[in-house]
Amino acid sequence: MKPTEQKKIKKPLTIEQKIKRRNFISFGAFFALGGGAAAGWKWLLNSPEENAGITGGTRAPLRRALNKTELFFRNFFSNNHLVKTYPKERAAKTIRVNSLIGIEDDEDFDIKNWKLEVKISQSKSLKIGIEEIKALPKTEIIFDFKCVEGWDQIQHWAGVKLTDFLLHYKLDALVEKNYMGLETPNGEYYIGLERDSVLHPQTILAYEMNGKPITNDHGAPLRLIIPVKYGIKNLKRIGVMSFSDQRPRDYWAEQGYDYYSGL
Amino acid sequence: MKEIKEKHAFLMRWTHWVNFPVLTVMIWSGLFIYWANDAYGISIFGFTLIKFFPEWFYTYFHIPQRLAEGMAFHFLFMWFFFINGLLYIAYTIFSGAWRELVPKRNSFKEAWQVLLHDLHIRKTIPPQKKYNAAQRIAYSAIILMGVGSVITGLAIYKPVQLYWLCWLCGGYHFARIIHFALTIGYVLFFVIHILQVVLAGWNNFRSVVSGFEVIETEPQIRDEKTLTANHAENETNGAKEN
Repeated sequence: MKPTEQKKIKKPLTIEQKIKRRNFISFGAFFALGGGAAAGWKWLLNSPEENAGITGGTRAPLRRALNKTELFFRNFFSNNHLVKTYPKERAAKTIRVNSLIGIEDDEDFDIKNWKLEVKISQSKSLKIGIEEIKALPKTEIIFDFKCVEGWDQIQHWAGVKLTDFLLHYKLDALVEKNYMGLETPNGEYYIGLERDSVLHPQTILAYEMNGKPITNDHGAPLRLIIPVKYGIKNLKRIGVMSFSDQRPRDYWAEQGYDYYSGL
Repeated sequence: MKEIKEKHAFLMRWTHWVNFPVLTVMIWSGLFIYWANDAYGISIFGFTLIKFFPEWFYTYFHIPQRLAEGMAFHFLFMWFFFINGLLYIAYTIFSGAWRELVPKRNSFKEAWQVLLHDLHIRKTIPPQKKYNAAQRIAYSAIILMGVGSVITGLAIYKPVQLYWLCWLCGGYHFARIIHFALTIGYVLFFVIHILQVVLAGWNNFRSVVSGFEVIETEPQIRDEKTLTANHAENETNGAKEN
């Protein structure tokens, strides 16, 4: 054997050598990439939970992905995209109650004393009674209410269009801010909405369901109906309305859900 | 004589192996989402045959109470699923590989013969190129199913903004049912696919990793046929290549 001499003369590879070589390269790459993928998956699975703040409860990289995905899909949002509406007969007679956070845990609540508080600035607030709101033009909607859990129900709501309300109380300047925050009177349930959804023509402050005043379980006297969002954003029994450029606190976003939750 | 026969292009292999773990994550996270409103089942005359899914299933796979987590994973990996699928479809169209994949006019008739052959009822199998008729149908169907999952998924995900997609899918309810049924379809496909791969053997499996198959070719000189064949067999120490 003379290895030096063999090196000089490049013999064409035999079929067997070719097979071996290609197997080696492809399976080597296969297992290397597979190992890489497994490591990446392990990293994601074990990645630390995000710092609890406005959002919380999910792995930090997944939260970044949710926020990026929100930005992408917001490009598709338009106030001309309306949720499908149905004839009255299709509306459910018994409207499903899914959650009572901010309602059942508020024993001091007295509906007679209720007023909607709109925060104009740090020190200034507007207090609006339900009769004043009912005096504004009424908008009805019968649409398919969608829960983040996956169920949906055709429901009939009526109230004042949020844009009508904002215009009437001359809150246009405040709406220029990026977000609106809503909270129950006891502050136990709270949500944040970006401006686009606030100004959507089908977003209403509802005081009627199936032609009758809203019941306590559905958020009497005034609740939000926002068809471009999952049910989790349709806050019941609105106590405080505020505006900000940063995301307001949001109950379910703190529990690992997407902040946007738009449909 | 052994010969290397190119079978699967790099992009086909790449997208195949990327899709496998990605789809697994999609199904796994999808179960977290489905659990929150597990409305589906199969019943006949009011008698429930199958409930999707029984409690033991949820317990075994640790499914309950993970909706938020499931959505977070689902809405990240949907990107990988979509981009990978798009890559495969674009490649298959532009490379002309679709000619080997899309069923031909006689594929449906032939697929029946392939089925009978695979079940050992029929001895012969119709002549085939890269894929046999049954494979053409199955592999084209699975791509269409992938497209269906993306479309129905988007319809459920943004039913208001993408209202036309939702309408195309027969509404929110129906889109969700299709989305779920397709997932069950993937699982059934997987079971048969694995079984077929095992039965087809090593040469076939290797081709999806390394891209080629090794075939035995007819030697040039007829008289030396047996001799060369034996020789080749000795060389590989009896390693079987079909």
